[in-house]
Amino acid sequence: MRAAFERRRHLLDFAVRSLARRPTRNLGLILVYGLVVFLVGSVMLWGSAVRREASAILAGGPEITAQAMVMGRHDLTVDADVALLKGLRGVRRVEPRLWGYLWDSAGAANYTLMVPSTAATDLAVAKGEAIVGEGVARARRLAPGKMLFLVSPSGRFLKTRVKAVLPAESALVSADLVLVEESDFRAFFELPDGVWTDVALTVANPSEVGTISGKAALKLPHHRFVTRADMSRSAEALFSWREGLTLALLAGALVAFAILAFDRASGLSAEERREIGILKAIGWETGDVIASKLFEGALISLTAFLLGVLAAWVHVFLFSAGLFEPVLKGWATLYPRFPLSPRIDALEIATLGMLTVVPFMAAILVPVWRTASADPDAVMR
Amino acid sequence: MRLRSRRRGSTLVAVWFALLFAGGAAVVGATVIGDDGAARRARTAGLVEALALSDPALFTEARYTRNPSLADLASAFQDGPASLDHFPTGSLVVAPRRFPGGRLEASEN
Repeated sequence: MRAAFERRRHLLDFAVRSLARRPTRNLGLILVYGLVVFLVGSVMLWGSAVRREASAILAGGPEITAQAMVMGRHDLTVDADVALLKGLRGVRRVEPRLWGYLWDSAGAANYTLMVPSTAATDLAVAKGEAIVGEGVARARRLAPGKMLFLVSPSGRFLKTRVKAVLPAESALVSADLVLVEESDFRAFFELPDGVWTDVALTVANPSEVGTISGKAALKLPHHRFVTRADMSRSAEALFSWREGLTLALLAGALVAFAILAFDRASGLSAEERREIGILKAIGWETGDVIASKLFEGALISLTAFLLGVLAAWVHVFLFSAGLFEPVLKGWATLYPRFPLSPRIDALEIATLGMLTVVPFMAAILVPVWRTASADPDAVMR
Repeated sequence: MRLRSRRRGSTLVAVWFALLFAGGAAVVGATVIGDDGAARRARTAGLVEALALSDPALFTEARYTRNPSLADLASAFQDGPASLDHFPTGSLVVAPRRFPGGRLEASEN
């Protein structure tokens, strides 16, 4: 037992010294390998953390949202439709919502203007007042007591005083919100009384959501009913690996890795082949040669993998995935700054390992085995 | 002397991996011990409930990326049925899967 351990240890020593003989090449390999793990790992960790966060937060959203549709596009809901929804059995609360988008050409940002529900007493705003989200406050340097002027595309002017800024911890859902009073909203968007953007429904028994939305669809066939399950499906599909940029990034990283592995698999350098030939000539067994080379590969692989995963964790949870921000922002100027709770999913780490470490080790094994099992004389020639 | 120099390699490896695993353990520890954000998420969920919010405000550049669950299928093509997606984050969100649809049927006569 001890002899076998010592044998392995000497093989490991040999592998380390063999790596040390080509420091630039091996450090370069670790760097590229680590970078691939870092990139793929950052996308995985960030995507799953945001999906988890969004799903947990949006669990408080409306059970059903009713949206009028005309010619395949969103339309306004009228009072008569709201009254029909109120008459549905099993519906606890019907809350018509008023919200819309405002493109701010000066700040090059899109805001969501919204009228807070009358039930939300802590968010109540009086005429001429506004409550803004963290992103809006940051972009326009706003603080409670400051003035906020809004100009609609048709030239309507709304002068408000900032009553409060929504907590930064809720930025993931509220960064772009500007809450204003109902009559201010209607005047600003030139919206008549009795029309609403959509309607949020709260049902008494959550297990009846499907039945109620079915009944509601019969009463209001020109409406679309989005359930909370649909919303959480949308949140869970964020950064799905099938999506454009994520797929492009993953594919790019994996192709880079495949080239790296192919380079190793396509054959050993003349120097490496000669080294294996000499080892065989001085009496090393094929198994020892393979073990020594596998040790080399494992040292490179483990080092690059651990460094890559650690760097990805630090990037995502300590620096909020700052390197991805330009991609995630797109053309937008508002981007929420929100905390993410660190969590490690063993299955994700294992998947990452399967995608990177396993093919790399396989790529080493084949050429080494082929060279080591050949005649030393032929190998050295 | 020769034996010592031989062993230096494996000792170095042991120290190196001990350091890396210690880093990993620190990360796992920070993850397990650290605030799991339950209280923060509960407060934010309260805001979501109060305002009946439907989607995260991650991508504000277009209405179908700001509120993907409430977007209509045509919004990505609002400038023309064959226009390509102009917004980069449009590739990070999916189109609504369940959208009320009509039907198109064809027959010989």
